[in-house]
This record gives sequence, C-alpha cells and structure tokens, in this order.
Amino acid sequence: MIELLACGPLVTVQDAGRPGYLSQGLAQGGAADRMALAEAERLLGEAGAGIETPGAPLRLKLDAPMRLALTGAPMRASVAGRALEWNTAQTLPDGAVLDLKPAGRGVYSYLHVQGGLRTEAVLGSRAAHLIAGIGRPLEAGDRLPCEASEGPALRIVPQDRFGGGEIRLLPTPQTRLFPEAERARFAATAFTRDPRGNRQGVRLDMDGGGFATEGQLSLLSDFILPGDIQMTGDGVPYILGPECQTTGGYPRIGTVIGADLPRALQAPPGATLRFRFVTAEEARAAATPPAKPQPLVRDPREVDLYGAQLIGGVVSARAP
Amino acid sequence: MSDVFPRIEPLGEAALLVRFTDRLDDAANRACVAFRADLEADRPEGVEETASSLGSVLVRGVSPGLEGALQDRLAARDWSAVPPPPRRLWAIPCSYGGEDGPQLAEAASMAGMDPAEAIAALASARVRVLALGFAPGMPYLGILPEAWDLPRQTGLTPRVPEGALVVAVRQLVLFATSAPTGWRQVGLTRFGCFRPGRSRPIALSPGDEIAFPAVSPAELRERAEADPDGHGGATWERLE
Repeated sequence: MIELLACGPLVTVQDAGRPGYLSQGLAQGGAADRMALAEAERLLGEAGAGIETPGAPLRLKLDAPMRLALTGAPMRASVAGRALEWNTAQTLPDGAVLDLKPAGRGVYSYLHVQGGLRTEAVLGSRAAHLIAGIGRPLEAGDRLPCEASEGPALRIVPQDRFGGGEIRLLPTPQTRLFPEAERARFAATAFTRDPRGNRQGVRLDMDGGGFATEGQLSLLSDFILPGDIQMTGDGVPYILGPECQTTGGYPRIGTVIGADLPRALQAPPGATLRFRFVTAEEARAAATPPAKPQPLVRDPREVDLYGAQLIGGVVSARAP
Repeated sequence: MSDVFPRIEPLGEAALLVRFTDRLDDAANRACVAFRADLEADRPEGVEETASSLGSVLVRGVSPGLEGALQDRLAARDWSAVPPPPRRLWAIPCSYGGEDGPQLAEAASMAGMDPAEAIAALASARVRVLALGFAPGMPYLGILPEAWDLPRQTGLTPRVPEGALVVAVRQLVLFATSAPTGWRQVGLTRFGCFRPGRSRPIALSPGDEIAFPAVSPAELRERAEADPDGHGGATWERLE
C-alpha cells in the first residue's frame, strides 16, 4: 500500500489506457508520456498502472519495501532528506516517505511500483479519464493498493524530450484544405507552448494571425486522434492529448508522429515548438524503444561506509 | 483530392480512414455502420480497432496488405444497401420546452413551427445514432427533416446539463456530460449515456434507433428516479 500524505492538483493514476472504445466515443486515454511508461516497464519488468503528476508536488509513504521507478519529467525526489536520482528504479524500505517536487523541466512525471498499482479497473484499465468522468484526481489520504517488491537498483538514459524543439508531423485528411501559403507559414512559425494545457490538449501561441481553411465551419465531424493539431474557430492550434474528444469538426493541419508525441506533450509552458512535415516511412523509422537499463552505481561520496554491508555472506573466515 | 467515394486515406502512422462521404448523408452513414460491422465480424489481419463516424470508418492498426484488403471488401458490395446489423430501438422520455428546453420556442420558430408543432414533430421523429463521439456514449442523431437544418448559434451556450437534447443542422445531440454547446436546447432527458458502473457502461451503439416521446417535467423525474440503470426511464427493444 502507498499512502499519499500530500498531493498537488490533477495527479492521477495512469496506465496504457483503454483502447477499443473509439466507436463508443471514448478516447483511449492513459499516460500522456508513453515513453515514460515504456521506460518504467524496462526498469521494473512490470510497471502496470502508476502515478502521473503534471508537476504537482507529492509526498507518499510506503507500508512495505517497494521497488519504485521514477521516469518522465525530472522532479527533485528525496527520502528523509537524501536525494534520489531520477530515471532510476530503486528499492525503498518499509515506512519510507518519498517527496517529489517540481524541477521545471517537462510537464508529466511518473512514479511506478513494480507490479503496478491495484486500484479499481474500469473497462479494462485503471487510468483516470477525467473528461470522460472515469476516476478522479488523487488527494492526500488516498491509499493505493500494491504489493511489496524488491530488486536491483537500475538507471535508464532517457530520450531527451523535456524542452520543446522540432516536432515531426504527418499530413491529415484535412491538411490540403489549408491553402499552400498557410501551410508554408505554419511550417515557418515558431510556436510557444501556452500555459493553458491539460491532458485534453495544449494551446500554442504564435505571432501573426490564426490558421484557417476555407469552409472550415461546415466540415463534417470526423475522427480525432491524440497528436492531431487542431485549429479552433479562431485559428489557434492545439496539440491534442490522450483525453481528446474522439470526433470533431475543426480541421487538423497535421498529426504529430508517435516518436515525437511525448516531446510535444512534455514541452513546458514557454518552450518553443516548430513543426516539420515528414513522410509516413520517416515517421515509422523514427520509432525508437527505450534504452536498456544499466546498474545504478552511486557516487562513492554518497555511500555511507559504516552502514554498508561490504562483506555480505561471509560469517567466519575460518569456517569451510 | 478526388471527390470519389468511398476512398481510403491514411490517418497518422497507424490507421486508415475509409471515407464514404464528406457531407451529412443518410445512405453514406448507413454504409459506414454496415461496413464497420462487417469488419468487426471478420477483422482483416493487423486490425486492432474499428469505429464508424458520421461519414467514415476508422481502421486502426496497419499491416502491409491491409489497404488492398479493404479496397477489395469495399468493392464487393453496395454498402449503403446492406441491411443494418442487429440494433436497438430506444424510447427515451423527454421533457420539452420550459426550463427543460429553454430554446424550444426559438428553434421552433426557426423551423417555421409553433412550439406545440415542434414538440409533436420532435416527439414523433425516429432518429438513428449516426455516430458516438465528443464524450463517451454521446450520440449524434439524425437525419431530421429539412425544416430542422438550423445553423449553430454564433455564440456558445456556456453550459447545458447532462441529458440535454439539443438541435442543429438536421441532427439532435443528447449530452452525455454537462458542457458548452453552440446547438439549441429543446428538451431534457435523464438518460445516462455513460455510467462506468453499469453492466453496459455505454448504452448506445451507432445504428441504434431512438424516439424521444414527450413527458411532463414531473413524469421525467419520477421515471428517472425509478430507473436503477440510469437510463432515465427509457425502454428498448431489439431490432433485427
């Protein structure tokens, strides 16, 4: 069991979401940063459902030894005043109190316990889907069931994705509705990630007017998928996230390729984003699995030599 | 882009879209529902999920031969003439006008009717679930007669309640959640489109048919109170 002692806003339980319900109007949802989920899987073997925090501080207490993974946007993590490295899996003892505080890079941070949280599943997933009314934000006092676990301390080198940058796009069926000059202006524009953003979508700011198609207010509503860049009525683009609506009528100028979607959604407010159209072949080739974890070797200055068991297994030098 | 339908378009890296129309069209929507049902009955290799919208079918999951397989299947029949898959006929009680339908009079006048005529017309219409979307289980319903080709409002209504029945562009939408809308609210139901704890959390399916018989505000609430499933006193029967 993990008990939340303190919890900032919009912290939720997330997993890979619930695919298969698009025909019923329910978006798949799940972790905003799928790479962070994949990294947690590599670190823990089975990550299951974990905690996603959009930079909100957290303080939690373990009631058993547990092997935890910390991935996604780096936070300042500490146990009883001792700093814990991010992008690692480590076993913390029974009773440990873990503090997570925002560090200003990226948006979504993840804490997973080996084997995953065993909170209630709805339609095959434990992921909160706030827009759909499934689950709720976590709050202080919540107790999240999970099993005791232990294992080696590992680190993983994350793919850098926490500061914006160039995002690759594929055309959508509506891309051609935008005049060529508008598409060229779009590709030449440096956008800024607006503070307004959530798991449904992220607003982008730019200099210059909105982007419009002809006749866009009479488009037949059609499928929307996470990563689509949708122009609202005033031509301001939104990058749609895991809880986006499943259908909509506003045109999509492009869709972010899977490999770049974690970076698009992790860009913190104020980060610069630029877009470049690529081919489907390039998009598929860009997909990269997370790196292989390595043993976590602590800086020797941090090791407490008096408390360390340096001669494990040796009981008597004279025994056979 | 050609105007030939149906046609297949890529949708991102991992999905294809089979588009039957680019405007609201009853026959094309029936084709969407029938084609999707056929794909579900016999999924091509590599397909992970399918869904139908107002005018297209989403095929998620891509394998090398998929586009050709879909082309062959498309060409095999006139999908708008295929009998619909098994579906339900729902009767969902609705309280029209007054506080439950604050824009009924306005919508009626735009449709060239007085309020009583509008209620009679809407309460006797039998509409189809053209698609579910926007929020879980939330239906786009149609296609209403030409008189109901009302434009959306220029401004948004800040919030309609869950269960609101709204009208525009020859369609009704039954709100699955409380949300802003540019459509006009003509009535209120207590139908829960999505209840996670229910044995069938999402009540409706594309292709289902619905009538909204008129009831008084009091009867709406009494029947909803007495309905443990959260269907607001609705009844349904199976259509083959």
